[in-house]
Amino acid sequence: MAKKKQEGYLSAREARRISRENRRITNGFEKQRKRKNVPEEEYLTRMHDANNSVEFDDLHTYFFTDAGTVKAVDGVSFDVPIGKTVGVVGESGCGKSVTSLSLMQLLQRPQGQVVSGQIRLNLGDKAYDVTKAPNEVLQKLRGNYVSMIFQEPMTALNPVFRIGEQINEVIELHDGEGKSAEDIKGRTIELLKMVGIANSEGVYSMFPHELSGGMRQRVVIAMALACNPKVIIADEPTTALDVTIQAQILDILRQLKDRINSSIMFITHDLGVIAEMADYVVVMYAGRIVEKGTADDIFHHPAHPYTIGLMASKPVVGKKIDKLYSIPGKVPNPINMPNYCYFKDRCEMCVEGCEGAYPEMISLSDTHKVSCYRYYGKEGE
Amino acid sequence: MPYMKAGKTDDEVFEENKQASQQHAEDFPKPKKTKREKLVEDDHAPLIYDPQYILMVNRLKKYFPIKGGMISKTVGHVKAVDGVSFNLKRGTTMGLVGESGCGKTTLGRVILRLSGEKTAGQVLFNGQEVYDLSPKEMRAMRTKMQIIFQDPFSSLSPRLPVGEIIGEAVREHGIVSSAEFDDYIDGVMDNCGLQPFHKDRYPHEFSGGQRQRICIARALALNPEFVVCDEPVSALDVSIQAQIINLLRELQEKYKLTYLFISHDLSVVEHISDSVGVMYLGNLVEYGSTENIFSRPLHPYTEALFSAIPVPDPDAKMNRIILKGSIPSPANPPKGCKFHTRCEKCMEICKYAAPEWTEVEQGHFCACHLYNDAAADQRAAQAMEAAKREGVAPEKEEEAL
Repeated sequence: MAKKKQEGYLSAREARRISRENRRITNGFEKQRKRKNVPEEEYLTRMHDANNSVEFDDLHTYFFTDAGTVKAVDGVSFDVPIGKTVGVVGESGCGKSVTSLSLMQLLQRPQGQVVSGQIRLNLGDKAYDVTKAPNEVLQKLRGNYVSMIFQEPMTALNPVFRIGEQINEVIELHDGEGKSAEDIKGRTIELLKMVGIANSEGVYSMFPHELSGGMRQRVVIAMALACNPKVIIADEPTTALDVTIQAQILDILRQLKDRINSSIMFITHDLGVIAEMADYVVVMYAGRIVEKGTADDIFHHPAHPYTIGLMASKPVVGKKIDKLYSIPGKVPNPINMPNYCYFKDRCEMCVEGCEGAYPEMISLSDTHKVSCYRYYGKEGE
Repeated sequence: MPYMKAGKTDDEVFEENKQASQQHAEDFPKPKKTKREKLVEDDHAPLIYDPQYILMVNRLKKYFPIKGGMISKTVGHVKAVDGVSFNLKRGTTMGLVGESGCGKTTLGRVILRLSGEKTAGQVLFNGQEVYDLSPKEMRAMRTKMQIIFQDPFSSLSPRLPVGEIIGEAVREHGIVSSAEFDDYIDGVMDNCGLQPFHKDRYPHEFSGGQRQRICIARALALNPEFVVCDEPVSALDVSIQAQIINLLRELQEKYKLTYLFISHDLSVVEHISDSVGVMYLGNLVEYGSTENIFSRPLHPYTEALFSAIPVPDPDAKMNRIILKGSIPSPANPPKGCKFHTRCEKCMEICKYAAPEWTEVEQGHFCACHLYNDAAADQRAAQAMEAAKREGVAPEKEEEAL
């Protein structure tokens, strides 16, 4: 009996019921996805603004687990303008990685599914909704239009293939038509030089274990840039690195972005890195965007209590404080999200309105948007 | 009937055999069993214990052999810790910073006697040389000195429930009676932000951040005096980082704990530490109080390291010194000053002579030729002449990686 009172306890019958229900839902999605010869009209769409390279529109990505449905991304909308860097900040589990994986369509299927919403990808003359695009089309989009730099350079590379082979493979698969083996090798070595590897011929024939963490991350970046993608998703690219190496890598990313004129979606939890890299900042909490705006908006006029708390909880060199501010409480259980503001239980700035439903996004200025009851009635100020 | 051989008695035969074997031993002397040659001389002056310091480390060295060839011959040594000295006051926190691979973690483990025997030097914990303790004494000592490991994924047993992971050592060392055991574990878990129902779960059910909390709870459950925190917050989220740092400080005040805080996050180190040591390739290059180190960094490496810290302000002017390349191999460190291959202020002398550990200001130590006094300059110049005579070639400019 004692067990039943514990939070998170599921009876066997309940678990079976959930699991049956999940299978029914995910089978439906998978069936939709596995159709052959999907006509282009189904995933063809139009960008709302031609200057954006990606538009996330009310994206919902759920994971149907045996313990219940996890709403990992629950109504996220933001744009990535061409040639700009958008930083996505948030704690682990807030859905920032799942947002990027939804764009890549690399979710853990069948449990993970984009339930509703659109992700519009600008291909120049047309735009696709990647959430509805079939696998063959996605195969062509990945690498050529969107590519991803993964978090851990240690695990992102295959240990049994040489560096050169691994980058060659990317070029062959996505951009290899009419290219000879020498051309591809030449391109690989050029890429390695581009990311600042001096001994590029040597590194070409090395195995990943022979390289240091910073060098591996450069290789991963080179791989992501192999086909000049329009959008680069950098998922915590420097988290595993030292500050000195981090400075080098950020420097490289900034230079490369300008050189191939692509957009970067930069995911990190380090506000310092965001401040340095990003033009626009999106702050996520528990699967939703709580605040978005330009870097200036967010860092100089943070509005949402979560953003303010996040900034206060990070020690800054040169500023002496006795005790760090720490946001009280914990992220709510993703399976049973409350029906009021998700941050209310941890918030120290609650107002009367907070009892109500989850707050809508409201605009503080043209660029600065926040979802918090404190700013109701103060729009546009 | 006594045994007779050619008319001799037992005793006579015995005597004869003895003489013969002695003769044999003289003719063919056995190769003497010598003690294995010491790798390096203990070149330190013995420390005098000062009760204000909980930990005194003197010229501590730890070399790891590199095995190679068919019969696993030792072909070289990785000088992971190469002559580190510092004293740590009771109830304070020392931050240890440096790039990965510079030996910070090894230093932490060697102090706790967790990685075999030391190579040379001294570690005095409460005036007691840690490496002289018998296994039994060492076991008792372990409750006094604990470590929070770096990687929460590999440092927790996947087969034990969390309550057992935290409680195992508590029970083993008899910290509390069995009646209070459950409440005690609940209390420790609560302190570290874990909930009682987590007790029956297994590590794989937790996120990285929560696993690190389990590690912290495990170390703090033994009421230690001295804790080596090996990157305890690197794997945590910012808001939880703050909670953990605050928690570590609260516990420090409550129980007068002493921390050796190893981290590469300089802003965290600045916040939590009273003194800071900067390590590069097995050596401390600078050591001093936190204010001194952060306001007036002396060593060029420290300067470069601090300039690389990202500042959460989009308008901040970056005056960045981007170091070229990465840290050289500790198996074959550069001659002279180990940092000279990447140093912006490298002088001729740096390529030949290793700098001395000098006290530049009160309590602010630095190992760099820029801060030599006249006598040290002279010694360095002599060392350089000697090295040049021997024909030690300066390191080639490392290719910018």
